[in-house]
Amino acid sequence: MSDATTAAQAPVRRNKGGAGDEGGMGYLSSLPRRVVTVYLPLAVFIFVLLFPFYWMSITAIKPNHELTDYKNFSPFWVVHPTLEHIKYLLFESSYPQWLWNTMVITIAATVISVVVSVLAAYAIERMRFSGSRTVGLSIFLAYLVPPSILFIPLAVMVFKLGLYDSKWALILTYPTFLVPFCTWLLMGYFRSIPYELEECALMDGASRWQILVKIILPLSIPGLISAGIFAFTLSWNEFIYALTFIQSSENKTVPVGVLTELVRSDIYEWGALMAGALFGSLPVVILYSFFVDYYVSSMTGAVKE
Amino acid sequence: MNAAAEVALKPAPRRSRGARLLENRNVLSALFLLPSAAILLVFLTYPLGLGVWLGFTDTRIGRPGIFIGLENYEILWHDHVFWLSVFNTILYTVAASVLKFALGLWLALILNEKLPFKAFFRAIVLLPWVVPTVLSAIAFWWIYDAQFSIISYSLIKLGIIDTPINFLGDPTLARASVIAANVWRGIPFVAITLLAGLQTISPSLYEAATLDGAGSWQRFRHVTLPMLTPIIAVVMTFSVLFTFTDFQLIYVLTRGGPVNATHLMATLSFQRAIPGGHLGEGAAIAVAMIPFLLAAILFSYFGMQRRRWQQGGRD
Repeated sequence: MSDATTAAQAPVRRNKGGAGDEGGMGYLSSLPRRVVTVYLPLAVFIFVLLFPFYWMSITAIKPNHELTDYKNFSPFWVVHPTLEHIKYLLFESSYPQWLWNTMVITIAATVISVVVSVLAAYAIERMRFSGSRTVGLSIFLAYLVPPSILFIPLAVMVFKLGLYDSKWALILTYPTFLVPFCTWLLMGYFRSIPYELEECALMDGASRWQILVKIILPLSIPGLISAGIFAFTLSWNEFIYALTFIQSSENKTVPVGVLTELVRSDIYEWGALMAGALFGSLPVVILYSFFVDYYVSSMTGAVKE
Repeated sequence: MNAAAEVALKPAPRRSRGARLLENRNVLSALFLLPSAAILLVFLTYPLGLGVWLGFTDTRIGRPGIFIGLENYEILWHDHVFWLSVFNTILYTVAASVLKFALGLWLALILNEKLPFKAFFRAIVLLPWVVPTVLSAIAFWWIYDAQFSIISYSLIKLGIIDTPINFLGDPTLARASVIAANVWRGIPFVAITLLAGLQTISPSLYEAATLDGAGSWQRFRHVTLPMLTPIIAVVMTFSVLFTFTDFQLIYVLTRGGPVNATHLMATLSFQRAIPGGHLGEGAAIAVAMIPFLLAAILFSYFGMQRRRWQQGGRD
């Protein structure tokens, strides 16, 4: 009897889900079982992964007297939302300046890295010069060199070059981790473009430069977007170089500024700190929300190749 | 006819030596590679060498050093704080990576199920990874507050504990807390990349296994895991590499305290070099990280070789 019902239900569910293509045999498991094995753990995961953001946002709009008074106010909710911390952040601290610095440095480093990487990736992937495989491999190895072993010698160099405490120190050093990543990513993209297109253009008398600009680049726009937004995020999030190479408040980036200047003596301005963290995250989150798929593809592309 | 011939002929005399050189594949590709090579040689390869050299000198901030051989390493050898940081780094890396892998794989398996709003879930899962580490670490700092921690509050309300937990003040708890924060940030990366790997596994393999009588655990053990092994190797190498060299999270949450219980090699190197001024010693600590990184990179290399082999490609 029960066998008959499951047998009858199976095809119906299958049609309803329109599946059979993904999950394959998902129709075999019953609903209560799915609740325990899938929905419940998923809910816990989502809750844990998102709670810090909720906590950040709610703290940012909590008035100070509610912030530490857990007896009269539930900490999970805000009774009298206030913009006080945000006002302090935007009008009484150097926060707007840090945002501007981060923006300038990030965009400059990203543009430099993407342009340089396009040229390198095209040369490595398509020109087949002698030793292109070795160069490709060394680009990959360069990606694996972490900033935490480079920052001391780089600090010495930055100081000798007279770049200490200037935006250029960061604009020039960020490409050290952006270029290998973008090149690696773009190599994968260029590889997917058929050779025939290039051969046609070559027969028609196009130069290598024309092929790159008129054929390869328009076809690899998704790759360029992936590389660009990823480079943007990486440089926006960078911390150790910015902490080491920048001294004065007016040149700091958001992560460094929030951490070093909003924490004053023993009194933690939690409201302002959280507002600072929230606003510093917003640009990348907004960018991310528009380009989710590009993020995923660049992230998986980086490890897949 | 005449005009056409002229057009065809015209470019020929114009081809100077420079233009012909530009058509040479090697010359042109060298030209294309020049900018990135310049950036990487000047700001990556040279500093790497300089770092190794600095490790052999007694350079301080504002004073060029002289070659002192292995003295820095001898000092470190007898420095129990350094050995503590090595121990911490290994503990931090192993614990965080194992947890990230287990939870990330679990999340990937869940997301690989048929779900409503799957794209939406996948998008929000990745958020912790997108947000600047320092800024989310500041949120964790507040969550771990000794007095007003929301976790302590909830646990007290639920009647599980009586007094607030001193998350970042007690050595063991501080270690657990920074590992938890690191795992929180690392899960999305592992989950989303493994999910991409899972989606490449053909459903027919599972169907075949089911027909042969495999249960869900056996399907996971004998189909999913072997198919996923190469990508797991690569993802986990990246994860280990980034965890091992982590700096930001520790710097925000504990700065190595309490009593150096959470000092990693990267934070110790920063502390000795920049606020402490001993650039040489800091560089030596950084250099001491390199053997570990090389081991991870070799592991990744063989992982990728195997993947290529599995995909049927030539070596």
